[in-house]
Amino acid sequence: MRFERREQRSTLMVFAPPLLAVGVSLMLSGVLIALAGAPILEAFGALLNGAFGSRLAITETLTRTAPLILTGLAAATAFRAKLWNIGAEGQLYLGAIVVAAVSSQVLGGLPGYVQIPLLLVAGSVAGMVLLLVPLWMRLRFSVDEVVTTLLLNFVAILFVSMLIDTVLKDPLAFGWPQSVPVADEAMLPRIVSRSRLHVGLLIGILLALVIYFIQSRTVFGIQSRAAGFNASAAKFAGVPLKKTLVLVAMISGGAAGLAGAIEVMGVQGYVTTELSPSFGYSGIVVAMLANLNPIGVIFSALFIAAMFVGADGMSRAMGIPTYIADVTVALSLLSMLVAVFFTQYRVRK
Amino acid sequence: MNEIADILASAGLWSAVLRIATPLIFGTLGALLCERAGVLNLGIEGIMTFGAMVGWLAVYNGADLWTGVLVAALCGGAFGALHAGLTVTLGLSQHVSGLGVTLFSASFSYYIFRLLVPVSGTPPTVEPFQPIAIPGLSDLPFVGPALFTQTTPTYLAIVLVIVLGYLVFKTPMGLAIRMTGENPHAAEAQGVNPIVIRYGCVIFGSALMAIGGSFLTLSAFNSFFPTMVQGRGWICIALVVFAMWRPSRALLGALLFAFFDAFQFRLQTVLSGVVPYQVFLMIPYILSIAALAFMARRARVPQALMQPFRRGER
Repeated sequence: MRFERREQRSTLMVFAPPLLAVGVSLMLSGVLIALAGAPILEAFGALLNGAFGSRLAITETLTRTAPLILTGLAAATAFRAKLWNIGAEGQLYLGAIVVAAVSSQVLGGLPGYVQIPLLLVAGSVAGMVLLLVPLWMRLRFSVDEVVTTLLLNFVAILFVSMLIDTVLKDPLAFGWPQSVPVADEAMLPRIVSRSRLHVGLLIGILLALVIYFIQSRTVFGIQSRAAGFNASAAKFAGVPLKKTLVLVAMISGGAAGLAGAIEVMGVQGYVTTELSPSFGYSGIVVAMLANLNPIGVIFSALFIAAMFVGADGMSRAMGIPTYIADVTVALSLLSMLVAVFFTQYRVRK
Repeated sequence: MNEIADILASAGLWSAVLRIATPLIFGTLGALLCERAGVLNLGIEGIMTFGAMVGWLAVYNGADLWTGVLVAALCGGAFGALHAGLTVTLGLSQHVSGLGVTLFSASFSYYIFRLLVPVSGTPPTVEPFQPIAIPGLSDLPFVGPALFTQTTPTYLAIVLVIVLGYLVFKTPMGLAIRMTGENPHAAEAQGVNPIVIRYGCVIFGSALMAIGGSFLTLSAFNSFFPTMVQGRGWICIALVVFAMWRPSRALLGALLFAFFDAFQFRLQTVLSGVVPYQVFLMIPYILSIAALAFMARRARVPQALMQPFRRGER
């Protein structure tokens, strides 16, 4: 048995892998649910109900989708240029804490229409900086950025933990480790009343469209793709590799930082070390399920958000550990990798 | 300054160094073996977590300690086979496959743990490995309690360094592994099957990672809790570079790293109130990053690392 590269790929093969991956991962997690002794169909019913079954469920799922779109974009843009940014989690936290710091210490009383844009920029810049450090180390010392971005996640979260324990500690939180709140004016407007759904979702969708346009219609978009496809050939063809990678890192780290900003300004209002239920790592799955397509990221983020919110509901109803959502998400990534492979290769005896 | 001298002069510090180094030695050797054959295994973080969970679970359910370690090794090997299937047979991106294996094995271990061990206020514990004093040597002043009263897995880790060093550099099998990592096509021309070698190394290496994880729950502590691996797997990946893909230097790297970790832990109590404790906790990660920056240019990476091998395709 051997594998042979396919010459052509039909349009079906673009849409089939994510659907297959989702189907296979749900089937496999069905086995795990059965192992837990719960009736499978009822459990999936509870999952669906938990994610979309009510007005509250739908707005909660969409609220969860917003940061996942942004961390998904962070991974998708970077991976396309073979910049392995696994540090979205840390970039998210740094973006979040910078927003809390700037809003509470600097921009205090300014009106929302001034403060909100400035804070969004501040959060993004924080994320960018945290990714530019490992990129600089790659370009200067040829250090693989996978490990450095991974390790910086731990550093960033400890840094946030330190700040909310000391200078940014909320004195009114009864000793609870949480940051001072952002100013009231800095809270993002709600899209739907009586829910937590905020304009962060629209920001995410807008950024996905902008990135799609950049990638498909600009020279930089082509260059970043070339840099990922074959760096030495790209260089030979006159692509400014360093400049391209720096720009890619700014978009990627910026998106992750923005995710932290909207979580603070849209949902929580302050920072804790539990701000992100691993949005950064899930962003990698979001990106892969979308096959690194920015528009696809919107839909795969919705799937992952629905899994997490739905699993909470299922867990309450059926007594299945909520970790089933993480397992399903991880399985969907592995299935997606295999499914994409078979769109590129055929099996020959 | 006196406090620092006191810390350095305490046998407890040096004993802790070996204890902290043990999971890192297993993990680094495992990752090193995979990379020598040309496969980056970022599944390490999750595989260590799974090893920690499943080893503990086996002992909690009545198995003896060594059976727990064996169960961890077998499960680690199974995840290794999964990673090899994705990266060797299918030739997929080693980065993404490894992260997928980590996400899967970590979340799967939390799921199983939550399913089989009910939530309780005090985490359930097992009776862990007890330190064994080596007769004669452990009676030496200072050195004895520091180095020769460890648990058996720690001694095993040291032995493993020597065995793997011999295997990789002095045996035909080691030559085949190194060739596969440098140039699998040339290796094949010499009658070596790169696919078999890569599978073997990834499975065996992953088993070692899981054993390293099981040390955490069966020797260093006596219970399991989610996120207990705390980036140790990623640190092992950094240590492989620091070690320049040599087992003996992997031991050195793990010991150095463990020394700083044990030292910062004791320094915390001295400097508490002056410096926030988070600063100390950051040190291990920052040190790993610094070590990478320092070593990356000098290290000679296996040339076929991260390159899939497909017969008849270059």
